[in-house]
Amino acid sequence: MNLLQELKQSTIAAVWFMFLTFPLMVIKVNTVTKTIEWRWWNMAFIGIAFFFFSALWRFMHRRKEKNTETRSQDKKTTAIRRRLAERRFFVPIIVLLIIATLAFPHTFSLYQTNIMISALIYVMLGLGLNIVIGLAGLLDLGYVAFFASGAYAYALLNLHFGMSFWMVLPLGGLIGAIMGVILGYPVLRLRGDYLAIVTLGFGEIIRLVLENWNAFSKGPSGIANIPKPGLFGFDLTLQQHSVYLYYIIIALVIFTIFVINRLQDSRIGRAWIALKDDEIACQAMGIDKAGTKLRAFALGATWAGMAGVVFAAKTTFVNPASFTIWESVIILCTVVLGGMGSIAGVICGALMLILLPEYLRAVSEYRMLVFGAVLVLMMVFKPGGLIENVRKTYHYKEHGPTTAE
Amino acid sequence: MDFEFFFKLFLGGLTRGSIYALIALGYTMVYGIIELINFAHGEIYMIGAFTALIISTVLTMLGFPALAVTLIAVAAAVFYACCYGYTIEKIAYKPLRTAPRLSALISAIGMSLFLQNYVLLAQTSDFLPFPSLIPDFEFWEPYAHIMSAAEFTIIVTTVLVMVGLTFLIKFTQIGKAMRATSQDKTMAMLLGINVNRVISFTFIIGSGTAAIGGMLIASHIGQINFYMGFIAGIKAFVAAVLGGIGNIPGAVLGSLVLGWTESFFTGYISSDYEDVFAFLFLVLILIFRPSGILGRAETKKV
Repeated sequence: MNLLQELKQSTIAAVWFMFLTFPLMVIKVNTVTKTIEWRWWNMAFIGIAFFFFSALWRFMHRRKEKNTETRSQDKKTTAIRRRLAERRFFVPIIVLLIIATLAFPHTFSLYQTNIMISALIYVMLGLGLNIVIGLAGLLDLGYVAFFASGAYAYALLNLHFGMSFWMVLPLGGLIGAIMGVILGYPVLRLRGDYLAIVTLGFGEIIRLVLENWNAFSKGPSGIANIPKPGLFGFDLTLQQHSVYLYYIIIALVIFTIFVINRLQDSRIGRAWIALKDDEIACQAMGIDKAGTKLRAFALGATWAGMAGVVFAAKTTFVNPASFTIWESVIILCTVVLGGMGSIAGVICGALMLILLPEYLRAVSEYRMLVFGAVLVLMMVFKPGGLIENVRKTYHYKEHGPTTAE
Repeated sequence: MDFEFFFKLFLGGLTRGSIYALIALGYTMVYGIIELINFAHGEIYMIGAFTALIISTVLTMLGFPALAVTLIAVAAAVFYACCYGYTIEKIAYKPLRTAPRLSALISAIGMSLFLQNYVLLAQTSDFLPFPSLIPDFEFWEPYAHIMSAAEFTIIVTTVLVMVGLTFLIKFTQIGKAMRATSQDKTMAMLLGINVNRVISFTFIIGSGTAAIGGMLIASHIGQINFYMGFIAGIKAFVAAVLGGIGNIPGAVLGSLVLGWTESFFTGYISSDYEDVFAFLFLVLILIFRPSGILGRAETKKV
C-alpha cells in the first residue's frame, strides 16, 4: 500500500508519544538532594517503540475490520474446534494432559510445584469469576473479597475451633456463596457500571474491615501458622505436603471444570447467557432476573471461597495485603485474556498470566503494566479472548432431524 | 459538643468536598456524554500532580522566580493532563464506542492499571514531597487562623471551575453540541455535529479540571505518590453518583455532602473506617435513590 503515508502516520505517533511521555519518562527529580536526572535514552526508546507500535495498531485494526466483514476467523476456529472434538484427536489429547498433570510434581522441583499450585488457584478463581462475568455478564471487581473470606474462614476456624482443612473446605465454599448473596442482593437493580463500582467498594470494605478490626482478624499483621492439610494422620515432609496439595488443587480444578461445564448447558446457565444479552427480553420470556443474578453471584463466589481455603493452607499465613483490589483485576485479566465464557480459554489465560511472570523474572516488574495493556488491547482487538467461546447454534439439515453443532 | 470542633470539621469537610468536586466534575462530564466510567480519570489527576512537581522542581533549580514557577508548572500540568486525556480516549475508548458496555469498562480498568504502573516504573513508588504551589496571600493573613490560604484557594477554584463549566455547557456553541451529543449521538451526527471532536473536547476539559484538582490537593497535603489517584477517583465517582451523574451542580453538591459526612464521621465516630463509610454510603444511595440527589429518574424504553 502507500508506504509513505504509513511512515508519516507512524512518525506522527512516535513524535506525539515522545512529547507525551517527556516529563515523566525523561526527567527524574530527586527532591531531597535537589538533583535532576535526564534520561534521554528513554525518549529515543519510546520513539522507536511507538513508531512500530502505531504501525502494528493500524495493521490490527484493518485486520479486525476485514474479519468482521467476512467472519473468516470464525469459520477457521470452528473448523479447528470441530476437528479437536473428534474422538481420535480428543481422547489422546486428554490422556496426554492427564499424564502430564499427574507426573508434574514428580518430574519438576518443589519450587516449580509451588508455582504451579498458585497458578492453579488462579485457574479456579478465574473459572469462578467466569460464571459471573463470562456467563452472566456482571462485572464484579470485588471478587477477591470471596477469596479473602475463604482464606480467613480457614485461618479463623482453625485458630479458634481447631477445625481441619477438610472440614473447612466445603464450609469455605458455603461462606463464599453466602457472601455472594449478601453482595448480590443490594446490587440486583444496578446497571453494569454502577455494579462495577459497588462491587469494587465491597471488596475494599472487606479488606479494610480485616485490616482494622483487630479483635476479629488480628489486623494488618495477619494470622500465621495455619496447618497444611493432613492425610489420614500421616506425617508428611515439606516436599510431600506440596505434592499432596498439588493433587488436592488438581482435583478441585477438575471438579470446578466439571460443575461449570454442566452448569453452562443447564437451565440456569442458559438463563445467565440470555440475561447477559438482553435483560428486558429475558424478563419478558419469564426468567426471574433477581434469582438468576443471585445464583450467578453465589455460584461464582463458591469457587473463590474454596480457592481461599487452599490458598491459606498453601501459604500457611494470611493477611489483608494479599486481597487488594488489584488481585481482583488480575483475576479479571485472566478471564479476559483467555476468553470470557470459555472454560479452556480461562484455564490457558490463568496459566499464562501467572506462570509467565514467574519464569521471566527479568521483566516481572512490568507485570502489572502488561496486565493493564492486555486488558485494553484484548478489548479493542479481540474481545472474545484467545480461545473464543463458541455459542451453540442449531442448524436445520434438509434430510434428517435437527442436530446440535 | 463544642461549637469550635464542629466548625473545624465543617471547614475540613468543605475543603475535602471541594477537592472531590474538582475530580467529580470531569467524571460527570465524561459520563454524561458517553455513559462510561472513566476509571483512568483518577490517574490523570495523579499524572497532573506529578507533572507539576517535576516541572516546578526543574524550573526552581534553573533559578526562575517563584511566581513564574507556579504559573508555568500549573500551565504545563493542565496541558499535559489534557493531552493524556485526549490520547487515552483515542486508544482505549474510541474503538469501543459501539461495543458492549462491559468491554469499555474493562478497557477503562486496564487503562487505569497501565497508567499507575507507568508512573510507578518511570518515576518511583515512594512518596515525593510536593512543594506548596499556593502562596500565602497577604490579604488572607487576618483569616489564616480559621482556614489556611491553601484551603481558601481550593474552595475558590472549585467555585470558579463549576461556574465556568456551567457557563461553557449552557451558553457556548460547543456546550450546545455537547448537550446534543449526550442526548442522542446519531441525531447529533445527522445535524452536522462532529461527535468525535465533541467527545475529545469533553475528555480534554475533564482532564484539565482533574489536573487542577491534583495540584491543589498535592499542595494541600504536601506529598504525592503513584497510587494517589485511584481511591480519590473512586470517591469522586461516589460523589458524582450521589449528586446525580451527568449533572454538573449535582457533582459539586454530592462532593460537598460526601466531604462533610466523611469529615463528621471521622471526627465524631472513628477514623479507621473512613473509606468503608464512603463505600457504604454509595451502596445506600444506589439502593434508595439511584438517580442521585439532583438527577432525574430514568425510564428505560424498549
